[in-house]
Amino acid sequence: MIPRVRENGPQVEAEHASDTLATLEPEKLAITSAPFIHEGSSTTRIMREVLALSLVVVLASWWYFGIAAVLLVAAATAGAVLPELIAGWKDERRSIKDGSAVLTGVLLGLTLPPGLPLWMAFLGGAAGITLGKLLWGGLGNNVFNPALVGRAFLQAAFPTAMTTWSSPSGPVAGGAALAVPSGTLAPPLMQANVDGVSAATPLGLFKRDGTITELLPLLTGNTEGSLGETSALLLLLCGVWLVARRLCDWRLPASTLLTVFLASLALHVIAPGSYPPPLFMLLSGGILFAAVFMVTDPVTTPTTAKGAWIFGIGVGLLVVLIRNHGGLPEGAMYAVLLMNAFVPHIERRTQPRPFGFKAPPSNS
Amino acid sequence: MAFARASLKNLPSFRRGVHPPDAKAATCGRPIEPMPFVSEYVLPLGQSIGAPSAPLVDPGDTVSRGQRIAAPGGFVSVALHAPVKGVVTAIEPRPRAGGQIVPSIVLRADPFSNQMPQLSEPLDLGSMDRDSVVSAVQNAGIVGLGGAAFPSHVKLAIPEEKRVRTVIVNGCECEPYLTCDHRIMVEHPKEVIRGTEILLKISGAEQAFIGVESNKPDAIEALTSVAPDNVRVVPTAVKYPQGGERMLIAAILGPEVGAGGLPLDVEVLVNNVGTAFALTNLFDKGQPLIDRVFTVTGPAIAEPKNLLVPIGTKISDIVEHCGGLLPSAKQVVLGGPMMGLSLSRLDVPLVKGASGLLCLDSVAPSSSEAFACIRCARCVSACPMGLNPSRLTRIAEAGKAEDLPDAHIGSCFECASCSFVCPSGIPLVQWIRIGKTLVAERREEE
Ligand code: SF4
Ligand code: SF4
Repeated sequence: MIPRVRENGPQVEAEHASDTLATLEPEKLAITSAPFIHEGSSTTRIMREVLALSLVVVLASWWYFGIAAVLLVAAATAGAVLPELIAGWKDERRSIKDGSAVLTGVLLGLTLPPGLPLWMAFLGGAAGITLGKLLWGGLGNNVFNPALVGRAFLQAAFPTAMTTWSSPSGPVAGGAALAVPSGTLAPPLMQANVDGVSAATPLGLFKRDGTITELLPLLTGNTEGSLGETSALLLLLCGVWLVARRLCDWRLPASTLLTVFLASLALHVIAPGSYPPPLFMLLSGGILFAAVFMVTDPVTTPTTAKGAWIFGIGVGLLVVLIRNHGGLPEGAMYAVLLMNAFVPHIERRTQPRPFGFKAPPSNS
Repeated sequence: MAFARASLKNLPSFRRGVHPPDAKAATCGRPIEPMPFVSEYVLPLGQSIGAPSAPLVDPGDTVSRGQRIAAPGGFVSVALHAPVKGVVTAIEPRPRAGGQIVPSIVLRADPFSNQMPQLSEPLDLGSMDRDSVVSAVQNAGIVGLGGAAFPSHVKLAIPEEKRVRTVIVNGCECEPYLTCDHRIMVEHPKEVIRGTEILLKISGAEQAFIGVESNKPDAIEALTSVAPDNVRVVPTAVKYPQGGERMLIAAILGPEVGAGGLPLDVEVLVNNVGTAFALTNLFDKGQPLIDRVFTVTGPAIAEPKNLLVPIGTKISDIVEHCGGLLPSAKQVVLGGPMMGLSLSRLDVPLVKGASGLLCLDSVAPSSSEAFACIRCARCVSACPMGLNPSRLTRIAEAGKAEDLPDAHIGSCFECASCSFVCPSGIPLVQWIRIGKTLVAERREEE
C-alpha cells in the first residue's frame, strides 16, 4: 500500500517496509501558506502596462517635438534608474525589477519642456528618485510623487529653462525626424540657448493677453507645452485604458477632471471676462497628463474610495486656483504635490467601515 | 450557467470579496464512491477545535466499526469512533497534517470483516429534551464538516435566554476545486433536507434557508424539489468567501455579525450541508461520524474523485486509490486552495474537518518574491470584513501589537482574499496571523 507515483515523479520512500507509512521526499513538496492560488495580477505587470501606455505618449511627443523628445525621456529615465540601481545593489537589484523607477523616469521626461538640455533631464530623474522615493524608504513608502518631485527640483534649480517653450518642430511641422537641436546637447552646467523662437503655452498666452487657443490643436497636441501634455485626445484615451483595465482607481482621474471642469465652469459663468471657459481649462496645460499619469499613482494617493474623491477634488480646486490667481500659468504639478502631503490624513479619516460595525474605525 | 450569470446582480451576496476560478469541473459531475478499506487507520485524539478526546480503549482491544473509542475530553470536545472493525495496535504520537506529532489511536483493520457498521438505535427526536440531544450529538462525534471542525453540539446548546428564529444550512462551497458538499446535495437531497428539519426541531426555529452558490444549479434543483414549505433553497452569488458564516447570514438575512459576535446574536444557527447529512445519519440510522465525503482533485492527481472515506484513512492511501500523483506534482494541499494547509508528507490521516485534497502542479508565488506594497488598495476592496489588510500588515511587520486591535485585527477570519489579489505577492494573511499571535502574547504579558 505504498502510494504509487508515476515515473519521474516525486520519489516515494517507505519508512517501514511492512507498513503503509510512506512519505514523498519533503523537499519535493512545496510547503507554503494559504492561499495556494493567486489572481495573477502582478506589480511588475501593472508597471509595464502603464509604461507601455506612457511610451505611446512618448511616440506622440516625438511626432510633435522631434527626436529631442525621445532623448529627453531617455535621459530622465537613465537619471531615475541609476540611483535606484545603486541603492538596490546589495538587495540583488530587486527594486529595479518592479519597473517603478523606469516609469518614474519616463513620466518625468514627459513633463519637461522640449528644449531642455539632456543633462538637466538626467539630473531631474536622479533627484526625483533620490529625494522623492529612496530617502523615504523606497517604493510604497514615499509620500510625494517622485516624478513630480524631480520636476519641482528642476523648476527650482533652472526656472528659466523650465519655462522656455518651443513650438512643435518635429515631423508634424515638416521637421526632420532625427535631427537633434544643439540646445538639447548643451554640455552639463551650461544653460541652453534654446533654438528658434521661444513661444508661449496656451495657458501662458491666456495669462498674458487672454488669448484662448482653439480646441483642435489642443485635442491633437499641436501646441506648445511639455513633451507629453499637449495631446488631450491621446491622454483621454490613455485614461480610459487605465480605468478599463483596472490599473487605477477610476475615482481619482474622474474626480480631478470633473472638479476642474465644474469649478472653472462656475467661475466662467460668473465672470466670463476674467476666467477662461471650462473646456479650455480642461484640455490645456498639464492637468490631463497629471490626472491620467500622476493622480493615478497608487503609492501617493489614498487607498480608500472616499479618500480618492477628496484627493481628486482637492487637486482640481488647487489647479483652478493656481492657474487663475497664482504667479504661474500652470499649477498641476503643485496641486498634485500639495495633495500628496495630505494623503496620510485623508486616509486615516476615510477608513472603510469594518463588517458588523456601525461606524468606521476611530482615527488612530 | 447563462442563467446564473445573467441574474448575478440580483442574487443575494455580501460586499467586496473575490472571484477565483471555481475549478470544480474535474469532480463536480463525479458521483461519490466509497473508499475501499485499507489496513491501517490513525485517529488523532484532537480532531476538532477544543479539548482532545479521551481514549476508551487499550492497545490489543478489538473494536467494531462505529464503536466509540474515545470520550469527549470536555464540553468543547467530541467522541471518536472506530472507522473499521479491527484491533487497536497502539496509542502513540503520530504525525498529522500541519507537521505536528500528536497522540493518536492506531487501528489495524480486520481483513476478513465485511465492515458493516455496528449501529445503535435511531433516535426519537420528539421524545428527547435539548440536553440529551446535545449529548447525543457530542457522543456521535459530529463537528462542523465545512472546514472549521467546530463541535456541532456546542452550537446546539442554545442558552435558555437566547432563541433561534432561523436556521441556515451552508451549501455555498465557495472554496475553488472542492465538490464534496455539491455532491452531497445532488446525491442526498432528502438527507440534507431531513438534517435541516432536525436542526429546526432542535433549535425551535420557524424557518430555514439553504444557501447554495448559483454555480450548482443541479444541487439547487435537487434540494428545491424535496424541500418542504418552511425550508427555502436560496441561490447566492458566486463569490468567495460566500460560504463564510457571517457573509452567508448577511446575504440571506441582512444583519452583519461583527467580530466577537455569534450568529446567535441575530437569532441564527448556521450549519454546513455535510453536518446536516451527518445529523440525519445519526438520528435516522444511529450512525456516528465515521466517514466523510472528501474531494480529491487538482491538475496533479491521476484520477480526481469524490470519495466517502473512513475518518483516519491515510492521505497516502487515498492518493494511491486515486491513481497516484502525476510527475508534475509540486504541492499537495489538505482543504481548499484559499484556506487549506500544504502537506509536507502524505502519511498523515484524514481528520473530520478536511474536505478535500488538492494536488497542484505549480506553486503560487511565494513571499520571498514579494514586491513592495504599491498601495493599490486591491486588498482593501477584496476584504469581506471591511478591513485594510495592507495597513494591518504594515503594523504587524513593525511589531506594534498595541495598534492592531484598533485596526480590527480580530475581525479577520483568514479567508486569504487579500493575499489572493495582492499584485505585489505580499503574504498579507500570514502577516495578519503573526499579528494575532503578537496581540495574544501582549495580552498574556499584561
Ligand atoms: S493589494 Fe498588495 S500592493 Fe495593493 S495595497 Fe494591498 S498590500 Fe499593497
Ligand atoms: S484574510 Fe482577513 S484581512 Fe484578508 S481578506 Fe480575509 S478577512 Fe480580510
